[in-house]
Amino acid sequence: MTKPDLQVNLGGLWLSTPILAASGPIGNSQQYRERFSTRALGAIIVKGVSLEPWPGNPPPRLAETASGVLNAIGLQNPGLKHFLEQDLPQLTSAGPRIIVNIVGRTVEEYAQVAAGLTGAGGVDGIEINISCPNIKAGGIAFGTDPDQTYQVVKAVRRQTSLPLLVKLSPNVADVTVLAKAAEAAGADALSLINTIAGMLIDIETRRPLLGNTFGGLSGRAILPVALKMVWQTAEAVKIPLLGMGGISSARDALQFIMAGARAVAVGTALFYNHELPDEIYRGLADYMVEHNVAALGDLEGIAHKGDDYYE
Amino acid sequence: MWSLKRSQCRTGRPQGYPVVENRIVAPGFTRLTLLAPAIVQKAVPGQFVMLYPPPNRQQQLPRPLSIFKVDHKRGELTLFFQVRGEGTGIFADAEAGSTIKLLGPLGTGFPALPENSLLVAGGVGIAPLVFLAAAAAKPCSMIYAACTAAQLVCPAADLKISGITVLETTEDGSRGEKGTATNLLSRLLSADADRYGAIFSCGPRPMLKAVANLGRLKGLPTWISLEERMACGIGACLGCAVATREGYRRVCYDGPVFPAEVVIFFD
Repeated sequence: MTKPDLQVNLGGLWLSTPILAASGPIGNSQQYRERFSTRALGAIIVKGVSLEPWPGNPPPRLAETASGVLNAIGLQNPGLKHFLEQDLPQLTSAGPRIIVNIVGRTVEEYAQVAAGLTGAGGVDGIEINISCPNIKAGGIAFGTDPDQTYQVVKAVRRQTSLPLLVKLSPNVADVTVLAKAAEAAGADALSLINTIAGMLIDIETRRPLLGNTFGGLSGRAILPVALKMVWQTAEAVKIPLLGMGGISSARDALQFIMAGARAVAVGTALFYNHELPDEIYRGLADYMVEHNVAALGDLEGIAHKGDDYYE
Repeated sequence: MWSLKRSQCRTGRPQGYPVVENRIVAPGFTRLTLLAPAIVQKAVPGQFVMLYPPPNRQQQLPRPLSIFKVDHKRGELTLFFQVRGEGTGIFADAEAGSTIKLLGPLGTGFPALPENSLLVAGGVGIAPLVFLAAAAAKPCSMIYAACTAAQLVCPAADLKISGITVLETTEDGSRGEKGTATNLLSRLLSADADRYGAIFSCGPRPMLKAVANLGRLKGLPTWISLEERMACGIGACLGCAVATREGYRRVCYDGPVFPAEVVIFFD
């Protein structure tokens, strides 16, 4: 059998591998450059960029939980201008494609950031963040109401011809409603899931542990929740899905692909396993060889076969 | 103006290093020595290392621990830490001969230590100050403070540092002078503030706040080493923010050592 084909087309964005670094943990990726091989990554999704600098949330901003991490960073970032002038030139020399996660407080802010990124060379795609649980104004407000989701995606779509991903929140009653709204507004692909809202209490101070009171849970603990939402969304929309939520091995990645994801992203696990992209790449290739799978796409959504609700 | 560019260096990827010795020096306090010449070679006082738990534990994030001692001849790195939870517990249980994955040295350490400086250690916060004192080998005084004698557990042999006078104090008077670190610091500074070069401190936040205030009142340069929960340890994730007069800064990268006057203390 020939070498397995791991290339994927994620909503018009051709990626050399189906493994992405999720927005957040690795920041804009510069600090990680000397610390892991980006060879196995198809793309890096840069941490949320807003029009103006955002200060972020008061500390403490994170804590580890059983097989998970609770965080409330608050989308601290130096703003679009700084990103374009200082960060982007250094990122484009890296191998993987660059997708930039964007955030805003208003529809107009999202649109302006998208316009700024589209004009700049070196950005390969945009991921609209309408699902950060740690920002009260903006962020998740756009991700829980299908009309607002539609408005913000539509406004960004008007500004850019770049492949457009929309990152969905798990903190909703029915994720497929938001997924359909994003698809109808012109999204090329959907990323899911963002973190699950949660909190911790410090029993010594008798106060919430996080400075922001609430945070978002990521890591292995959330994998079954994420997988179910990818499964449901795969049955609800036609555009491809980028699956994420607790992936820490090739086995995890394969589950997301079989649930209907075209590609997968890793986040929290990169904090402690810098070899993970390589491990997933090898694991996917080995699985395909062992099971005689010619292209990864042959596995996409395969677990739905025989399911009554799958077309 | 404070400079962020004191001592960061290239650290590469996490690597496994063998445990040479792991000793419980008192209930809840561990002295852990690893053979890590690559880290020892580059480390400067005030820097820290990240320790990675073994795979498939409920705790997976690396834990940041200050560097306590380095032995250049043997290539040995020693950490002195308090077990605070399950994560630090993993490393307290590590056996000699086993391997721990480390990344480091990380962060921005202390600037050069002037003669006759005052080092103010609160509890296990003594760890980076022992490295600072040993590296400088200049005449200095070190206040070593805790609530009770049971927490004043840094091994005596580690405190025998050329030029350093250790002044112990406990709040309950069970060892050394009765009172807090800042009571003692305040008295030393009132007697003759001009004879001291600078203040270097590490310990609980309320103590650091009081030390920062005293340093400002007496016009002495004051440097404090902060602790915060971390995930990446390399300045990427922005999880370990501290509020400063110039906005949020990263304890792992811009710190852990900061000039006291820029740090904003809330409480």
